[in-house]
Amino acid sequence: MCAFAVLLVAGCGGPYPQSTLEPRGDFSQMVDSVFMKTVYLATIVFILVEGALLWAVFKFRGKPDDPQPHQIHGSTVVEIVWTIIPAVVLAIVAVPTVQTIFATAKVPMTSADGQPPLKVEVIGHQWYWEFRYPELGITTANELHVPVDRTVDLRMKSFDVIHSFWVPQFAGKRDVFPNRETRLWFTAKVTGEFPGACAEFCGTEHARMDFYLMVQKSADFQAWVDHRRADSTMRFDGAPMHPVAAAAPAVAPGKAAVPVSAKDTVVTVAVDPLVAKGKQLFTAKGCIGCHSLSSMNPLKGQIGPNLGGIATRKMIAGGWLPNTDANLKDWLEHTQKVKPDVKMVIGPISDSEAAALIAYLRTMR
Amino acid sequence: MATTILEPAHAAAYAKRSVLVEWLTTVDHKKVGILYGASAFVFFLIGGLEAEIIRLQLMKPDNHLVSPEFYNQLFTMHGTSMIFLAVMPISAMFFNFFVPLLIGARDVAFPRLNAMSLWVFILGGLFINFSFLLGAAPNGGWFGYAPLSSRQFSTGVNMDFWMLGLQILGIASLAAGVNFFTTILNMRAPGMTLMRMPMFAWSVLVTQVLVLLSFPVITVALILLTADRTFGSSFFSYTTAGGDPMLWQHLFWVFGHPEVYILILPAFGIVSEILPVFSRKPLFGYSAMVFSMAFIAFLGFGVWSHHMFATGMGPLADSFFSLATMLIAIPTGVKIFNWIGTIWGGSLQFKTPLYFALGFIAMFIIGGLSGVMHAVQPADLQQTDTYFVVAHFHYVLFGGSIFSLTAGAYYWWPKMFGKMLDEGLGKLHFWLMLIGFNLTFFPMHLSGLLGMPRRIYTYPAGLGLDGLNMASTIGALILAAGFLVFIYNVIRAWRSDAQAPADPWGGATLEWSIPSPPQEWNFAVEPVVAEKDVLWAMKRAAGVRTLPEPARVSGKGIHLPSPSWWPLLTASGILAFMVGILVKGPVTHGFPFGLVSVAGVLLTALSIFKWSYEPVDHPTTHTPH
Repeated sequence: MCAFAVLLVAGCGGPYPQSTLEPRGDFSQMVDSVFMKTVYLATIVFILVEGALLWAVFKFRGKPDDPQPHQIHGSTVVEIVWTIIPAVVLAIVAVPTVQTIFATAKVPMTSADGQPPLKVEVIGHQWYWEFRYPELGITTANELHVPVDRTVDLRMKSFDVIHSFWVPQFAGKRDVFPNRETRLWFTAKVTGEFPGACAEFCGTEHARMDFYLMVQKSADFQAWVDHRRADSTMRFDGAPMHPVAAAAPAVAPGKAAVPVSAKDTVVTVAVDPLVAKGKQLFTAKGCIGCHSLSSMNPLKGQIGPNLGGIATRKMIAGGWLPNTDANLKDWLEHTQKVKPDVKMVIGPISDSEAAALIAYLRTMR
Repeated sequence: MATTILEPAHAAAYAKRSVLVEWLTTVDHKKVGILYGASAFVFFLIGGLEAEIIRLQLMKPDNHLVSPEFYNQLFTMHGTSMIFLAVMPISAMFFNFFVPLLIGARDVAFPRLNAMSLWVFILGGLFINFSFLLGAAPNGGWFGYAPLSSRQFSTGVNMDFWMLGLQILGIASLAAGVNFFTTILNMRAPGMTLMRMPMFAWSVLVTQVLVLLSFPVITVALILLTADRTFGSSFFSYTTAGGDPMLWQHLFWVFGHPEVYILILPAFGIVSEILPVFSRKPLFGYSAMVFSMAFIAFLGFGVWSHHMFATGMGPLADSFFSLATMLIAIPTGVKIFNWIGTIWGGSLQFKTPLYFALGFIAMFIIGGLSGVMHAVQPADLQQTDTYFVVAHFHYVLFGGSIFSLTAGAYYWWPKMFGKMLDEGLGKLHFWLMLIGFNLTFFPMHLSGLLGMPRRIYTYPAGLGLDGLNMASTIGALILAAGFLVFIYNVIRAWRSDAQAPADPWGGATLEWSIPSPPQEWNFAVEPVVAEKDVLWAMKRAAGVRTLPEPARVSGKGIHLPSPSWWPLLTASGILAFMVGILVKGPVTHGFPFGLVSVAGVLLTALSIFKWSYEPVDHPTTHTPH
């Protein structure tokens, strides 16, 4: 019944982007393999035992005035047999269980592509995810970019309470703690955009602590890395990098990277007054106190998510709202209504101020 | 048991008490049982209402029926209520009412302690639910994980209500644990050896061992949490050297896993009483049933970390707790096979209690199988904290405990109240509950596997979860309809004049040998037991299927414990102490709440002192009737 239902769901309906049943990484495939073994065994046990129960219920229907049935108190042989059978079934489950526990516990030394695993620091916050690439110097939030076929070695902590990092398509969950580092790893086998979530209750907005895993081709990932690094170098003096590209929705990461030497050019470009106002408001409204706009080596321990490249992200507000101007406006104007209890407090903000901030943030590519 | 002659004058003085005073001061295990059941059923309805609101909120994606904060209060209180205020005390109703009857005793070992357990439980339940009126119900989950439960992250009184409320309820459970452990070991009728006891009495005995060994752990954990929240210590916080949130998880689950068996073992016991009676055939493999239950209880203390598989304990610990957890499936399987063995070859009498007992087996099998699935640690890494786990434990606690407790209610109702519940309505209740239950909880296996985490107040569209959640919500409404039928059935029976016979089902155990409802002293003559299923043996010896209706007799000469106010006052002192801690500081809003705690301690101390020296044969409060 269970397996049938699983197949039914897998076969029709969907899509199920956050499903555990379509593993797309090595870790999750190992887990799925042992899980499916238990599903098949459980289905057999289910049919046999529920069948025996139903059979007995139909076969031994009695009437009130039937003679007393034969009084049996037990049978040692039968009882020994049905003690041993479950033990054997469990042994069949136990062997792959222990094998998989040990296989998933250890981070592989090298990736499938021969490189060492990519290290990522994961930091859970109420209620968003911070991702740091210590070898690359990059920090980002709510969107974890990884190259396909390269093992990712996650070292995880929490900024506040316990959270649990979960990308079901690629690995199981791992809790993150404020006072200890936990580890998780996986190798993505396919490219694409996959939702993930916080799985441990972590307060008011636990439901909206989602993120996206962006699995990219090696070259695309490298382009993203280069862009984040170049972009941040450029903005070191706070000058917006693409003032005129604000309206363009999707410039491919990397393509838009401007060489460092173009810095002077940027300053001479006529800055959109709206963007300039937004930039001023970003400081005046105190945004800058919690959010860094630099992907490269921002201060640690910042309260709000890193906004380096926010214009290119898929979602805002902790992986909850699509990154549209309308949603961003709503978010800026009614933060506590959109996501109650979140730490972001801007105070009253007019439509024009919101528009300016949005225009400014849209330059963060 | 001492025997004194009842003076008619005393009986007259006794009879003058109002009904209210009679129930407030009662130490009769049957009245205590009924009060347990009635109050627990009210809390069960509150917990059920919370569940219905939860389901309505999750009916469709991105719904805004309730706020995130209120949703978190709802699911915290739903879990807390159903475990501590519904399943445990409804079980306690059966412990109270039926353990003395099943073992042939006139009361429990400590009748006033029993009354105190009851009042501590009721006051604790009211205390924790009172938080709703302040808009500050507990909101950190029934598991109260640190550091989310710390003052730093939970500034309001919400988790104070939870922590102090659980502490109050723990006192009730521990006192009852001592009481029933002693009662079963010391108060059995002559000839009733342990291995002749009805299986329900066995399940209660094993459950009390679990209570006595596991509740001290949560008591200590809650004291440490109280120190953290109220006095600023840091047992479970990490900012100061020494504290560790993981410590809370270990302490909580060392209690929390045995707690699961505290919830299910009485259900095992009830079903083990019902199946033989309605199969007209003894329980299959009695000894194996006893030992498997004891084995489950023993293993229950060695598997707590399977609740923590995602914390990264390392492969050795994960393997140990995986294998230990799997082991539990063996004695559990033995129990299921023995139940099927019991009905096998029987002559099944399809009355409502049997429907629910069979429903219990069928549903519990599913819960057991999904339990083995997340004993597999790698699989659990995907399943933990998702709706798959919600499905699993509802199959065990609802499909298991609630189905069995409902079976027990239909089975024992005539004995408790002297009225028969209607069979037609009972069967309607069963089908609504079976269909509603499966429609609510089976889809949750799938929503969990498809990536729906637990404890989320909403979920986005586009994850493929919409239809499954709608199905669960419809199922929850059908479940509610089932319980409305039950309530109607109860009201109907209450208003009916028809008197239930002493032995409506052809029972095997001693409670069916005395009138329905039993007289205050239970057994006019102490029964003597020569074998298991003693009533069946008596019928066999008499060569009849039903013994003649026992006569209601005068209780003249039977000594019973006197009613007392001190249990209620002791409980009130405990409540006052906790209220004082809740409203911290010597003066809050101009009122010296610190003194409330002091007054509570003094009241409790005084009450226990007076209770200890209460005259046993006080003439004005002597035995009734």
